Order: sequence, then C-alpha cells, then structure tokens
Amino acid sequence: MGRKEDNIKKAQALMTQHSMIRNIGIAAHIDHGKTTLSDNLIAGAGMMSEELAGKQLLLDFDEQEQARGITINAANASMVHAYGDKEFLINLIDTPGHVDFGGDVTRAMRAVDGSIVVVCAVEGIMPQTETVIRQSLKERVRPLLFINKVDRLINELQVTPEQMQERFIKIIKNVNDLIMKMVPPEFKKDWGLKVDDGSVAFGSAYHNWAISVPFMKESGISFKDIYDFCDKDEQRDLSKKAPIHQILLDMVIEHCPDPIIAQNRRIPNIWHGDIESEVGQSMMKCDGKGPVALMVTKIIMDPHAGEIAIGRMYSGSIKRGQTLHVLGMPNPNRVQQVSLCVGSDRIAVDEIDAGNIVAVNGLKDAIAGSTVADNPDMEAFEKIVHYSEPVVTVAIEAKHMRDLPKLVDVLRSVAKADPSIQVDINKETGEHLMSGMGELHLEITEYRIKNEYDVEIQSSPPIVVYRECIDKPAGPFEGKSPNKHNRFFITVSPLEEEIVKAIREGTIQVEGKIKDSKVLGAQLQEMGLTKEEAKKLVVFEGSNVLIDGSKGVQNLHETMELCKEAFKEAMVRGPLAEEKVMGVKVKLMDAKLHEDTIHRGPAQVIPAVRQAIYGAMCIAGRTLQEPKQMVYVSVPQDVMGGATSEMQQRRAVIEDMEQDGDLTVIKSKAPVAEMFGFSNDMRSVTGGRASWSTENCGFERIPRELQQDVVAKIRTRKGLKPEPYDEHYYSSA
Amino acid sequence: MSHLIFIGLGLHDEKGVTLAGLEAIESCDQLFMEEYTAVLTGTGHEKLEELYGKEINFLDRKAVEDGGIILEAARKSRVAFLVPGDAMSATTHVDITLRARDIGIETSIIPGVSALNAVPGFLGLQNYKFGKITTIPFWEENYKPASFYDAVADNLEMGLHSLILLDIQADVPRYMTATHAFEMLIEVEKDSNKEIFTPDRIVCVVARAGSKDVLVRAGTLAELRGEDFGGPMHSIVVPGKMHFMEAEALVKLGGAPKEIMD
Repeated sequence: MGRKEDNIKKAQALMTQHSMIRNIGIAAHIDHGKTTLSDNLIAGAGMMSEELAGKQLLLDFDEQEQARGITINAANASMVHAYGDKEFLINLIDTPGHVDFGGDVTRAMRAVDGSIVVVCAVEGIMPQTETVIRQSLKERVRPLLFINKVDRLINELQVTPEQMQERFIKIIKNVNDLIMKMVPPEFKKDWGLKVDDGSVAFGSAYHNWAISVPFMKESGISFKDIYDFCDKDEQRDLSKKAPIHQILLDMVIEHCPDPIIAQNRRIPNIWHGDIESEVGQSMMKCDGKGPVALMVTKIIMDPHAGEIAIGRMYSGSIKRGQTLHVLGMPNPNRVQQVSLCVGSDRIAVDEIDAGNIVAVNGLKDAIAGSTVADNPDMEAFEKIVHYSEPVVTVAIEAKHMRDLPKLVDVLRSVAKADPSIQVDINKETGEHLMSGMGELHLEITEYRIKNEYDVEIQSSPPIVVYRECIDKPAGPFEGKSPNKHNRFFITVSPLEEEIVKAIREGTIQVEGKIKDSKVLGAQLQEMGLTKEEAKKLVVFEGSNVLIDGSKGVQNLHETMELCKEAFKEAMVRGPLAEEKVMGVKVKLMDAKLHEDTIHRGPAQVIPAVRQAIYGAMCIAGRTLQEPKQMVYVSVPQDVMGGATSEMQQRRAVIEDMEQDGDLTVIKSKAPVAEMFGFSNDMRSVTGGRASWSTENCGFERIPRELQQDVVAKIRTRKGLKPEPYDEHYYSSA
Repeated sequence: MSHLIFIGLGLHDEKGVTLAGLEAIESCDQLFMEEYTAVLTGTGHEKLEELYGKEINFLDRKAVEDGGIILEAARKSRVAFLVPGDAMSATTHVDITLRARDIGIETSIIPGVSALNAVPGFLGLQNYKFGKITTIPFWEENYKPASFYDAVADNLEMGLHSLILLDIQADVPRYMTATHAFEMLIEVEKDSNKEIFTPDRIVCVVARAGSKDVLVRAGTLAELRGEDFGGPMHSIVVPGKMHFMEAEALVKLGGAPKEIMD
C-alpha cells in the first residue's frame, strides 16, 4: 500500500474521533501564497509527491487556476498528521485571494473552526488580509498567522536580521490589532496571537520550510540560523530540518479548536433554533449519533459525477443511500455517494461523521448555503452573508440556436454553484445577463460555461452595473390607475445612511418575511426611523423600504399586497435607466380606492403605485450611482509617474501615497467603469514592474456632467428611448 | 357633429339591445365595443356586425381605459360605444363620459338590461332590499382579496340581500362559475368565522340570464355546492331578511326548501 492509500485509511479511522479532528481554512490577500502552502501541507502529510508540491499547485486543479496562477475555487483536502504520539485528521480548505471570489472565502469560513491567515513578509498587511480576518471572526473561527516569503525578505530586500525581526513584530502587531478590533468579546482574552505560544509561524511556503518559537526551542534552530540558511542559499536543507507541514500542522493541532469545542462556541452564532432541542444539543456536542445536520458551503461541478455538494457536518452521520431534505425544497433528495476530498480526488467512503467536511453526490436541490437534514422541519442555519454586490455584467447568448434551452439550464446551475454570480434569464430575447464581482470573475465563469458545460456562447464586452438613487425628499405624488378610479399618494426620501449600511452588511435581517418585527423596529428606530415609520414598515427590497403612512383607508389591507409588488418592481427597475434603486424610503401617504375589488385589481393598482413612486423620484432628483473600487498599486520610483497618470486617466482619485523602501504604494479610488483593460495598460506603462490589488467599495454618485450621457447609453442599450420620462408623464397616465 | 353615445346591449345575445339602442347604432358613423366588463355569450362578432350592417371596432381594456381612440373618433363624427349589459354599470365608462364633456363632445346614454336588475327579478327578490353589490375576482398567487366576504357580511347585518357578480377574464377566456365562487367563499369563511357561508346558508344562483336556457336555483349552500349550473355567465345572490313573498318565490322559482317560508 502506498503512503497516500495508507493515509486515506487512517483518515477514515479518525473521522469518528472528534477530539482528533481539526477543520482549518487558509485565507489571505492575493498572491501571499495560500495555495503553495496548502499544497505543501498536503504533500508533507503524504497525500502527494513532495517534489511536485509548490510547483504543481495541486489545489489549483482547475485548468484556469493553473494558467492564471491563482485559486478560484475554495478547494479542500483531508490529511493525517502525527503530533506527539497521536495522529490527527486535518480537513483543510484553501480559499481564493482575488477579491472577485470573496464570496467563496465567506462560505468556506462556515465550514471550518480555525483559519491560517497567510501574510507576505514583503508586502505586509493588505486590504484582503483585513477582510479575511473579519470573515473569520464573524463566523467565530479562530485566526492563526503564517508570515510567508521570509526568504524574499532576506534574499531580495536584503534586510538585516534586526530589520527582519522588526518587520515580523510590525505584522504581528497589525494582525493582533485587527483581531482585537473585530473579535467577539468572549474570545478577546484567548484569541490574541503570541509568538511564544506558537500561534504565529514564519517561513517560505515555496521553499517548504517554516519555524515557530516552540519549534525553535525544541530543535535549537534560531532566527539567526534561518537568516544564514537563506543567505547562503541552503533552503533545501532547511526544509529537511524544519518542514513546513510539521510546523504548521502542529500549530493547527495546538491552537485550532477541535470540532466539539468549536461547535459549542459556534452553533449559537450560526443557528437560531432551540438549543435545548435534540438537534440543537447534538450539534452543540458534535454528536455523530444525533440527527443529520449538514451545512452546504459550496457546490462544485464534476463533468462525470455532476453537482457535488461540499459542506460541514454539524450533527449526525451521512451515509450513502440515505434520504435527506434540503430545507425549503419540496422533495427529499437521495444521497448517492459520500466522499472525502483530497485535492481534485474524491475518495468514496461509506459514511462521514459530525465534525467533518464532506463531499456529497445526489443532493440535487442544494445550493451553497443550504441546510440539509433528515428532519424537514429543522430550523435552517443562518444565511451566509457576503457583503459585496455584483458590479459587472455581460450579456450571454448561445452561439447555436439549438443550445438555447441547454444554456438556460447551465446558467441556473452556474448561479447555484457560485452564489456571487447573478443570472437574469430572458426567455423572450434569449439574451441572458450574468453579473459578477469583476471582470475576472465573469471571464472565468464564461470559460467554465464553454469548457465544463460544453456550451458555445457569445458574450458582450463587460458593462458596469449601476444603481439609481434620489437627491432629496419629494412628494406626495399622485399616481392614477388606468381606469382612473384609484389614486395613490406617495412620498420618497433618501433612506437613513446607517440603515442602508446595516442592510448591505447584513446586520439587520430584512429579506423575505420579517421574523421579529418588534426587534427590527427597535433596531431601525435606533438608526433613525421615527417610531411611527418603524411600526408601519411594510417590506424591503434591496436597500429600499416601503412604509405605510396612510390612516384609515378602507380596503387598503387587501390592496397592500399589490402595492408591495409595485414597489418591488419599481425598486428593481428605476425610472432613470431601469437599473436597481438603492437607499430610498417610499411612503404611501394616502389612497383613494374604488368600492369593488374588481375595479382595484393588479392591473389597476400596480401601475398606479409604480407611477406614483416614479413620479415622486423624478421630483426628488434622480441620481445615477456607479460602483467604485479601491486600487492599491505598488510601483518602483522610476515608473511612478506613468502609474499615477494611468490612474488619473481613469477618473481615479488618489487618496494616499506611501513610501516603503524603493516602492511607493498608491492608494486610489476609481470607478469600475474605467477599470476595464487596466491590467494590460498598467503593465505596459510600468514595464511590468507594478503590482496591484483592487477591492470593491460600493456605489457612489456619478459626476453630474456625465449622468445624462451615461443614462442615455444605458437606455439605448436596453432598447429604450434615450431620454428618461419626467414627472408629467407619470402624472398623466 | 361630435357625439358619443353609450349604448347598453342587454343580456346574452344580439337580441338584448333595445329598439332605441338599435336605431342609435344605425345612426352612427363608427362603432366601438368593449367585452371585458360583461360578455354576450350567446352571440359572436360576425352576428353583431351583420345585424348592425357595420363594422365594429372591438377594444381591449387597455384601449378603453386609455380612451384616446374613442374620443378622437367622437370629435369628428357620431360614435357609438357598445357595452354588453347596461352602458354605465361598469364604472369605468364614467371617466370617458367626463373626459368627452371636457373637450366639448356631446354624450348621451341608451340604457340596456343588466344583470343587476334581471337577477333579482328571476329570483323574485325585491330590488328595494339589496345592499352593496360585490364581485369575486379570480385569486392569483400573491393576491387573494376577500373583501367580497365583508360586503356580504355588512349587508346581512342590515338584513339586506347581496348580489355577487363573478369575475370575467375575457382575454383568457375564463368565466368564474358559481361552483368555483362557493369554494372561495367557504375558504374565506374558514379564516373569518363569521358563520356566514355555513352549510345551511340559503344561497341563489342565476345562470345565463336573458337566454332561453336561463337557470334559477335557490337552496342551502350544502345542496348547491355540488351542483353544475352549466355554461356562463353565473351570478350569486345571498338573501338577507326575507319578505314572505320573497321566501315563497325562492321556493317556487328556485326550488328552495319549504322551511324557509316558516
């Protein structure tokens, strides 16, 4: 039996011994070296050849990932590691670093109990570092720190041993500051990182070595030795003396909680059912004999096996042939296969126990975020909220007419596998819109549609997603029904900024049915709604709210359902360019209704309310909002001029410039609309010597002088007349 | 010469129109007709055009509500707007009348026979004693109004009869049957518990009023719930407090149980 097979067998034996399990995610800013690290951990644990590790990027098994040198999917792998005289099972998830795939990181955090935050010693803390720490802590997942690329510090930047230590101290302090800022109060005492206890490690993932203070004590290797090994180009020896998998997996076993401890802390945070119930208790104790509770965190497509659901077993044990319920779906699904993941391989097993990460075939109704249980009435896990909204769209068409029906299925399946992708299917025109987090995100998804799903498609150049908003309060505006027998009086005003923020960040729950309107009402009052408004709120759509400010209108209660529908329609397609509306408070002030239901049905009320909202928005001053990005470019002095002017040409506002040795980091904010083709242009003006990262930072008002033009362009593209309608149009209808 | 005449076409088929109505139609230059507030189920477009000797411009609801095409024609010529039933009972048309007046078009009305008075007549119920008229609309997935139930409840409280009209979706086409309406009323009853549509509640159905094939039924809800009343159009009446003559009529004309006469 080879070492790999042997390890798989051991892994299976360990799966039911919960105190011997660790679930860990690896997350970082892009290019800080996550995947190289993951590969070496897996190789070190005997799941692949050591020679290939770090070069092959085992976890980047997607062709696109290997070609681009980045991780796109959160990939996972299980491995066995000996610590002291015991063996442990480590379930590891590698996550993407590129911001476009941030949703994957958020979801992966739901599956793990600890995270290794990788920080490049040369670049230090970057924007995504902060983001992954936040994502980790929000899920009560303990972050540990690995400072990577230490060899480059020594060999390329040629720092002295003292400077090296200073850098380490600075990075650790910065990471600790971030943790302390965001950690749940009960972990404040224990979750700080300390060099002495080994919750921080240093090393080079590429060269396959790492050290930590406990290891230094044990082995007698000092920082000075490390410095010398690198300086003398003897890192290969170092990797024998201090193999990375040993140091890091030791760190994980020592500092990442086992699933019993972790679930006890995490369940109340991610599951709002009755903790005293059978399933509640079983999850709190990580009981493999309890009811089945599986949280799906990812769907992957396998060309042979089809859709595979990856997720975390919080309770019970999942077996082949079992019938389970994807909560919220009408019919039960049958488990066809249960597997352990090892890179791109999946090893089928008979059953997998609570506390582990599993891959399941047959859960055809599951999407990332689904709860799967044997009891259809179980309370579902809290929704996994990812902050970012899609900002870029492409129109997709099938190249051949005959592929049309297949394309619709494929697009649905793509949206299911990646919840950050939004798909708008238009059966009438056959032109479907696919929106995502950025240019790269869409490019990769298109590639998948062509290659994994085998549908030839044509796509438009990417276009930016806009939002519509208003300037100031206005109304009441009167909207009339087509039969003229019903009138609605509506005011609009910008929604309190704090509320918009809370909706976007998911700190208040507004989607779907409002669960506890009292709690929500109290929260909203704190954020600026009046008591009356909070009491009479009807429904949310995106970051917009409908409030019933009317008094004593007879029969309004049965008309309200239609008002809601009209409100939703108006918020999904704004009056300016049929883009989504954001941050608007719509208030129904009064309504005059016809006596008989038949004269105030959907065909009458919906247009009347929509016109009233649109009309009020016209008077309130419609504004177009465009998505913005923070762009961090680091360049050497001599090409800085080129980089700066490149940014300025793209309507970017430079917010800060920081000197770091020979490098300057330019921090600027730019409209996403101007960022298409940025990679190539930046490379050419800097001779390929700049590196950069971007981060979506929400929508901001487009400059006044550009609005009319951009609106006309969007409208023309949508087949509308270039000029939007004004308030007179909406009052006459 | 700008004149807009609203003409009621009466019930069921092309023969329901009054002589005055027919003469007016013949005197007009252009004919418009709507078929969404009521439908003449016993005839067709060709038959009507043949009788009138003119083409009719059939309008859907959108065009009538917009009104532009009718008003534009009426500005220049003598125009008839044909409405099944009575010309003005569907409240939509008041709006066109007012708009026509505003732009100096003369308007007149030739009433037609309507279910509003025919149905009570068939049942022998007195028109004096009807309360609010209400309509039961087809329910949609997210829109299930139930205020028709309240209208009946209010009427009953005052001892008044309720005439219940049933939804017409001419464009689908589908017409609500009394059987369908009873099920909806029973469904609403479950949530409101006012004990109105209980199995022993007396209810009446008139089907195909104005045709030779008219059907008049009265009885308990339990009894009528399972009956098939045949093709459209159906109306329902829920009688309130009855005069002795009304009770006798329901027994003799509609086959209601004799006990209601006690």
